[in-house]
Amino acid sequence: MIAPMDSAAPAILVRDLVKSYGPVQAVRGIDFEVERGEVFGLLGPNGAGKTTTVEVLEGYRARTSGIVSVLGYDPGGRPRAMRERVGIVLQASGTYRHATVQELVTHWAGFYPAPRDVDEVIDLAGLRESADVRARRLSGGQARRLDFALALVGDPELIFLDEPTTGFDPAARRAAWETIRALADLGKTVLITTHYLDEAQALCDRVAIIKGGRILAIGAPSELGVDAATRYRVSWRDDDGSMVSRETDDPTALLHQLTSAALARGVGVKDLSVTRPSLEDVYLELTAEPTVPVEEGTR
Amino acid sequence: MSDSAAALTWRQYRLERKMFWRNPSAAFFNFLLPLLFLSLFGAIFSGNQSDLDVIVPGIAGMAVMSTTFTALAMNMVFLREQGVLKRLRGTPLPSGAYLGGLAANAVTNTVTQITIILIAGAAVFGVGMPEDWLQLVVFTAVGVVCFASLGVALAHVIPNFDSAPAYTNAIFLPMIFISGVFYDADHVPTFLRDIAEILPLTHLIDGLSAAMVTGASFSSELSDLLVVAAWGVFGIFFAIRGFSWEARRD
Repeated sequence: MIAPMDSAAPAILVRDLVKSYGPVQAVRGIDFEVERGEVFGLLGPNGAGKTTTVEVLEGYRARTSGIVSVLGYDPGGRPRAMRERVGIVLQASGTYRHATVQELVTHWAGFYPAPRDVDEVIDLAGLRESADVRARRLSGGQARRLDFALALVGDPELIFLDEPTTGFDPAARRAAWETIRALADLGKTVLITTHYLDEAQALCDRVAIIKGGRILAIGAPSELGVDAATRYRVSWRDDDGSMVSRETDDPTALLHQLTSAALARGVGVKDLSVTRPSLEDVYLELTAEPTVPVEEGTR
Repeated sequence: MSDSAAALTWRQYRLERKMFWRNPSAAFFNFLLPLLFLSLFGAIFSGNQSDLDVIVPGIAGMAVMSTTFTALAMNMVFLREQGVLKRLRGTPLPSGAYLGGLAANAVTNTVTQITIILIAGAAVFGVGMPEDWLQLVVFTAVGVVCFASLGVALAHVIPNFDSAPAYTNAIFLPMIFISGVFYDADHVPTFLRDIAEILPLTHLIDGLSAAMVTGASFSSELSDLLVVAAWGVFGIFFAIRGFSWEARRD
């Protein structure tokens, strides 16, 4: 074996990572560690540097500077031993359109030294009913499940998920979350990128909020106020004309209370709105704190 | 432990073959095209053996080019655009095993088409069996390496799959017309012949013609072989140098 892995060492270690495309710095010196068995989220808007960071870790991009270690390997050289122990779900990637799910998972299993059982993986990904369907006939959600299955069949220790549920309907998202939770239960380390607050909160042990190529904050979702930010805010105009707003995890009960009281009195609820703070609101809150270093000169 | 590189290449080749047959219209077209061309020109030149002696090795040369150059250029652009290359790159499958399987798939089509053309040439068009089998194999092999690498090199220049047929046909069609696929290259105007003399297909057809029809000695065709091989070196250099596993972002 090359580069034996110290089980106490973190699964991923990133120190002062910089990635430039020409004059543009996509990633501007970030640090984080992912412990083994942890589900770690990179949370940020589009263009924040999430995918660039993940693709440096996956070995697709060469870093400009900094130290990166994935399961004890330097991903820059794309060592095969690393690729045997890592599963990758890319943002978008195709496959053999005329092959069935069963054929593809079986073929992929042959790439790895100790693959999982093909049928078990198909079940885990929720593709049992589609096992004999050709890839080109799969729905968007099913194609994403196939991405999961192909990433899992090598029985990786570490799984990268780049925006795994973008464009999904709510039911498909829930199903994907169940699969990701099942991975965590198997003791896998998961690095997930997302721009959904609720996804980060539902899945991640820890989250790094990333924007403009910098990490603004790292911590458990509750520590970062991500969970508070996923609460609903219900606002309405009171009988005396003043705006009232209340935060709640479950707006249904509050709305029922409000509307039934109004109906009983034969009046409407004026200016009623139910909102959730956007990611931007959370960033504004985070960036308002003086803990973020002020940019000085050029790097 | 995982399979050896040779076993992985073989596995990849088998998958590629299976996928080839899964797309019956493409597979059918692939084998029908040389037969269609042979029968059309066979009808046109019917009874004129000297023209038939030109067309049969000409179409064999065209078959080498279409199964490798055109097919691989289109295929590589498609796989790159679809993200298949990028996905495979993230697995432990060695690049060589993957590309080897892909190339072997193309070469299988070349061999099949050449076989069809040889049989039809002997059975229907009075060309007879090849005069020199070794020369036929050597020219086909060098031609395959040359046009396969040129096809992969061209794939780097093609920006996206929508434009792939335009790029490949812009090279393939003029090349087959001036290189003597359908008539003796000596009957072409001088300036076109000069261009054709620089390009590899004319020399591949000369070599195939010597092997299949005229029986000209190997040594007299050596310069043809060298031109095809030189294009092969050029192709391999640019195929490797420009290789990209990912669709262009723009």
